[in-house]
Amino acid sequence: MNLEYTPEEEAFREEVRTFLKQKLPARLSSKVREGKRLTKADMEEWHAILNEKGWLAPHWPEKYGGTDWSVMQKFIFETETAMAHAPRIVPFGLSMLAPVLIKYGTEEQCRHYLPRILDGTDWWCQGYSEPGAGSDLASLKTSAVREGDHYIVNGQKTWTTLGQHADWIFCLVRTDSSGKKQEGISFLLIDMTSPGIEVRPIKLLDGDAEVNEVFFTDVKVPVENLVGEENKGWTYAKYLLTYERTNIAGIGASMAALEQLKHVARTTKKNGTLLIDDPLFAQRLARLEIDLENMKTTNLRVLDAAGKGGAPVAESSMLKIRGTEIRQEIGALMRRAAGRYAQPFVAESLEEGYNGAPVGPEWTGPVSSQYFNNRKLSIFGGSNEVQREIITKAILEL
Amino acid sequence: MDFAIGEDRQMLADTMSRFLAKNFDWEKRLKVIETEHGFDRAMWSELAELGVLGALFSEDVGGFGGSAFDIGVVFAEVGRAIATGPFLETLMAGHLLASAGESEELESVIGGEKIVTLAHAPAHDAESGEERDVTASGSGEDWTLDGAKGVVGYLGAAELIVVTAGDKAFLVEADGEGVSVSDYRMVDGGSGGELHLSGAPAKLLSGVDASTIAEAEAAGVVALSWEGVAVMDQLRDQTLEYMRTRKQFGVPIGKFQALQHRMATLALEIEQARSSSINAAAFFDKPERDRFVAAAKYTLGKVGNLAAEEAIQIHGGIGMTWELPLSHYAKRMVILGHLLGDEDEHLARYIELMRAA
Repeated sequence: MNLEYTPEEEAFREEVRTFLKQKLPARLSSKVREGKRLTKADMEEWHAILNEKGWLAPHWPEKYGGTDWSVMQKFIFETETAMAHAPRIVPFGLSMLAPVLIKYGTEEQCRHYLPRILDGTDWWCQGYSEPGAGSDLASLKTSAVREGDHYIVNGQKTWTTLGQHADWIFCLVRTDSSGKKQEGISFLLIDMTSPGIEVRPIKLLDGDAEVNEVFFTDVKVPVENLVGEENKGWTYAKYLLTYERTNIAGIGASMAALEQLKHVARTTKKNGTLLIDDPLFAQRLARLEIDLENMKTTNLRVLDAAGKGGAPVAESSMLKIRGTEIRQEIGALMRRAAGRYAQPFVAESLEEGYNGAPVGPEWTGPVSSQYFNNRKLSIFGGSNEVQREIITKAILEL
Repeated sequence: MDFAIGEDRQMLADTMSRFLAKNFDWEKRLKVIETEHGFDRAMWSELAELGVLGALFSEDVGGFGGSAFDIGVVFAEVGRAIATGPFLETLMAGHLLASAGESEELESVIGGEKIVTLAHAPAHDAESGEERDVTASGSGEDWTLDGAKGVVGYLGAAELIVVTAGDKAFLVEADGEGVSVSDYRMVDGGSGGELHLSGAPAKLLSGVDASTIAEAEAAGVVALSWEGVAVMDQLRDQTLEYMRTRKQFGVPIGKFQALQHRMATLALEIEQARSSSINAAAFFDKPERDRFVAAAKYTLGKVGNLAAEEAIQIHGGIGMTWELPLSHYAKRMVILGHLLGDEDEHLARYIELMRAA
């Protein structure tokens, strides 16, 4: 047993670091580090830089512009980019739709859509959740009725992240209500400029509007926009859940955030004592760091098994649960560390170019917003309770 | 990166596992833990013959292993069978004998001819109500020890006792003058005892210092963390099996979400504990050793207690019985948390290192 990177992996890490040093714009990494809000242009700028290097879609097959990286290389890439405070890659087109198209779509669909995802022509969003279908996703009601060469779509999607920027939405729609609820679902690609689509922002508890409601009223969708077979959409949606997700635990993001938290603990005084010397705060910090160190190795073990052809179902859910708990706890400790300066809410200070004097220590500006925003981590992508169901189903075999 | 344990180690694990399955089944264990010293001396010699003790030491001191992963593999098998015997004592005392170049004594230990234990922690003194430790006086070849040590593993069975006094360590013959032993059985099987020394002649283990003792303790924690994870695996698997078969309200209790979610959390925590034990072994020869050792012992205590308590709770009444193996695994699990410092002590140590970093 040996936890060290091989010389080849070490060399790869150096290559990634060098790339980041040369190509990651300081303007973007500062915004990420300072917790400022990223604009659509910011995200597109970073995508374009990665695409130029050929590193935007590491998990795609090479023939569509992916890399032939090992799971370990992907892990290194994800960790290093997060540690360097690079913007997160927007996953909807690249990591969610593309694997489904590659596995279940036609060659024509792949050739049409994949290059447009890479070069940024199309911004995708995800149409899964509905007001009545959250954790119980299969009870979704948005309907698509075939009329000649088109489907007519009616219904409502919700929690559509960054839908306000999107050109296209991939949707789970109901094409049959006669049998089991899972058996009448289809996977449809819909142009967001189609007549009958309305996007309404949802303002969240942190004051930002990164999610939306999307309404469909008699929206005409060409039948060639169906992915795979009609009524098989649930299989495709589930494929996304078991699709190799090397980054589900967000280790890199947590490592970067913990580094910042420790810096704060070493430099911030509460009642005259540095937080790191406060026994109760230090205890919370140490427990968290140990959990993250353990998680890193757990993640590497799962990757190692996946690289050898395993299908880690329960393990992926464990990574999702603990990975999100750790990220939430880091945010919670940042908020605690801010003390009374967790209260001021100067929304403009989260935008780039804000020139006003900071209220309290500069790092305290976004901590409450981030803490509240991070509540989403244990809810989305299959809530942590749903993940526990998946784990017991896998290990109990009842 | 490589998480394979290696062929030689796998062979040793398989050999040990087969041997214990055959020679230390449940009936046997129940009998053995009722004997005076709580382990089977004849079986100990056979384990030594199989090379189990030699695997704990490097070639230059007469063994054929000695790496942190070798130690881990042996103790994982000890945990799987909750075998009783002075495994930890042999590892730690043997480490000090090896450091002092006591090759003859170590050879007899590795060969299973002599039982050695390590008397390290102070004893409770009934008169003062305080802790009482051992002090050494003398010089050169001529040393005597006075004082007491508490809860020394397998003390009654030991022929050789390695006794620490401050940063020094000494070798004492159990039947030597000035040595008195009162022994007892332990709550999780096995035995221990209180050691009283009064002008007891002792041999200085030259070359042993604070760092050697710290290294022996670190090796001990690696051993305990691997043993602990194996015990956790047993607790989880036995509990899963019970959840599949035990019916209440007309269905297997594994159908109940309240239990499912607790089990999912436990399974997750056990994987975290496994990772911490791997980290402790992987960093054993590196500058970050103490940090990962503290993290492993903290994690072992935290997850171990959760595993023991959840396993009993999910079993319900039957989990409370002596008859069910599970309860013995639970006892071993909890007691592992007490050995070589509990989770609070190791968390405090981790915090110290974190502040200094």
